[in-house]
Amino acid sequence: MNNQSDVSRFFVNALSLVQNGRSILTEVTLNVQPGEIVCLLGPSGSGKSSLLRCLNRLTEPPPNTVFHNGQDIHALDVLALRRQVGMVFQKPALFPGTVTENILYGPTLQEKTVSDAEIEQLLTLADLPADYAKRSVSQLSGGEAQRVSLARALANQPDTLLMDEPTSALDPAAQRHIEQAILRLRDTLGLTVLWVTHNVAEAKVVADRIYLLLNGRIADEGAPDHVFRPGSEHLTATFAAGELENS
Amino acid sequence: MASFPLTEITRVLAALALVLFAAIISRWQAVNLERQMLIATARAFVQLIAIGFALDLIFAADNPAAILLIMGVMVAIAGHTSGTRATGVPQARRVAFSAISIGALLTLGILIGLGIFEFTAQQTIPIAGMVIGNSMNVCTLVMRRIQDEIEARRAEIEAALALGATGRQALAPYLKIALQSGMTPIIDSTKTVGLIQLPGAMTGMILAGASPLEAVQLQIIVMYMLIGAAAFTGLAAAWLTQRQFLTPNHQLRQPN
Repeated sequence: MNNQSDVSRFFVNALSLVQNGRSILTEVTLNVQPGEIVCLLGPSGSGKSSLLRCLNRLTEPPPNTVFHNGQDIHALDVLALRRQVGMVFQKPALFPGTVTENILYGPTLQEKTVSDAEIEQLLTLADLPADYAKRSVSQLSGGEAQRVSLARALANQPDTLLMDEPTSALDPAAQRHIEQAILRLRDTLGLTVLWVTHNVAEAKVVADRIYLLLNGRIADEGAPDHVFRPGSEHLTATFAAGELENS
Repeated sequence: MASFPLTEITRVLAALALVLFAAIISRWQAVNLERQMLIATARAFVQLIAIGFALDLIFAADNPAAILLIMGVMVAIAGHTSGTRATGVPQARRVAFSAISIGALLTLGILIGLGIFEFTAQQTIPIAGMVIGNSMNVCTLVMRRIQDEIEARRAEIEAALALGATGRQALAPYLKIALQSGMTPIIDSTKTVGLIQLPGAMTGMILAGASPLEAVQLQIIVMYMLIGAAAFTGLAAAWLTQRQFLTPNHQLRQPN
């Protein structure tokens, strides 16, 4: 473990991942600082989602490759890790029932009670009206369902959110709601966010820093102003121009 | 014993008349099932006559080791059949064999332990056949349903895991659905028994000359026994199947 892993919310050190004989990630090294929004940008199939899944051990990374708050995640209780590191998926994947029942899922597993006022607060954080609490999830639009899944993840009071292309199935207005909600969460709660996307415009809006992933390798890294500068030699600018894809 | 106008083998041969009529209908309507009917008729005859001779010998010997051996063969065939039908479940045959063994041992253990049946070849083997056959069907239904649910609900299951649920907690709603689907047929047939049809064991006893009340008592025991076997096997199959889809670190195994 080095100094970088001590200070980072997440530090990924030379992570390689092989699944079913196929190399998914190769020597990926990155860090995410507390309160930072980091975008993992790259074409489909570049390994972005696989990398994200390694951070909360939905996929098993090798030992000594992923550190959360300075500790190898293999040394942490996996269930405690997942409560500290919330995840929002591409599809909301809500459980049948009401919005409140979905929000209470995580706290109930820990036998924690959540007041009505706290549920309202979680809905507000996710940019949803408070009167949605009693609604059935079957009545929600795609954008609303995704915001409920955000509120559900926030109910565990995580220090980090992993966002796996959460807006890719949403219309532009619903997409903006999610982006604004996440920016507000970072500003108000100091939440750390690792956001997987292939949407360049979205990365420009939300990211403090960007990693470009190509063929399972980190191909570029930097602040948006820097990596997207037209005419720069950054591969991210080439990707943004639509001139880069997985080989 | 009831008296019949024909001797046993003559009655069997006379019953062939029905197969003959079926074959004629098949040919007349161009259904083209005559060959299949002939094969099925011949196989049923050979298999049942063979098992009749075998059981005659086993019943006469009444040897506990032979009873256990026959039950072992029954469970092995049932496990193989059930596991073959649930091919998407990793280690499907091993899971099916274990689940059916657990269901059969518990059910037969209770039946014999409570003195409902004696541990004799004549009583144990036919009862074991019913229990194992029923357990096989329940096991297949439960295993396949869990596999289908996991395939269809992968996103919800991983969402639950990401919220800190254990693998068992994340799969619990789908195991419940699978158990319901496995047990519903036997519960439904228990509900309607005697109203829609007279079940096999009861019909057999009545034809063999037992009084209807005697036959009914046995049938009631059989129905209760099958519910128990379905519950034990279903639960074992659900528990063993879910383990195949989860890692010790509460991860859902990815399909190959």
